[in-house]
Amino acid sequence: MMARIHISPKPDILDPQGKAVNSALHDLGYREVSEVRVGRYITLEIQPQPGQDSRARLEEMCRRLLANINVETYTIEIHEG
Amino acid sequence: MNFGIVVFPGSNCDYDVYWGLKNDLGYPVRFLWHRQRDLEGCDVIVLPGGFAHGDYLRAGAIARFSPIMEAVVEHARQGRPVIGICNGFQVLTEIGLLPGALLRNESLRFAHGPVYLRVENVQTPFTSGYQPGQVIQVPIAHGQGRYYAPPEVLAGLEDEQRVLFRYCDASGRISPEANPNGSLHHIAGLVSANGRVMGMMPHPERRMNSRLGGSDGLALFQSLAQAA
Repeated sequence: MMARIHISPKPDILDPQGKAVNSALHDLGYREVSEVRVGRYITLEIQPQPGQDSRARLEEMCRRLLANINVETYTIEIHEG
Repeated sequence: MNFGIVVFPGSNCDYDVYWGLKNDLGYPVRFLWHRQRDLEGCDVIVLPGGFAHGDYLRAGAIARFSPIMEAVVEHARQGRPVIGICNGFQVLTEIGLLPGALLRNESLRFAHGPVYLRVENVQTPFTSGYQPGQVIQVPIAHGQGRYYAPPEVLAGLEDEQRVLFRYCDASGRISPEANPNGSLHHIAGLVSANGRVMGMMPHPERRMNSRLGGSDGLALFQSLAQAA
């Protein structure tokens, strides 16, 4: 199976990178863009072992390493097969 | 009294600390490779600056799982001193020995050069060699040094006088212009609740000899040596 993890700065965290991208898009004429947040996208190829709860383990991976839950949020998508 | 400097792959201020402690202050000091699990009896542990594990994922995120860190946490738990400088500070927040996080500088620029710091609390093993409110000059060199913590954590840090260094101008005045990275409450360095773990973004080890631009960093390591 494959897991896709999106990590974004929490809404109340100032994201200067997103601001810079936002103003670059405005410079290119895309005035309809009102806010940009830049995060990370991680893909994991997974061979689950019998009895393993893949989602619970992915949650754990996010909390322990992949995201800093003090300042970031994450979403996990699992694609079977 | 021994200083131990943890060396991660990608540490690059380890020799600066080593040189200053050994040659400018004459203290016993050794390197501790991050794969080892014991601290070889060192009394003060230094997590130096650099880019441990390439800063991949987030600064400090992988380094906090290096085998030596279990011993560093235990050392801190016993109330023995640990200091993290720059990347070392980032490792200490990632592992949870210090609260908050260090985010990309507000300017998006790598911030470098000398800055002024106001010493906010001298009742700690890290700052006892300074005067209250003393202004010191040390350099910074970081891309991710913007201190962030939620409001309730910041309030706690202030109440408990755990902010040790704040960015200021030459006269000690706090202002947005004197804040090089957008840190909340202008925080440059802070200490743990038990007063034994300190993290700071600026580099005191680069100001240990007047021939190298100044010696305002000496008192920090002298304070530590006395306390250890």
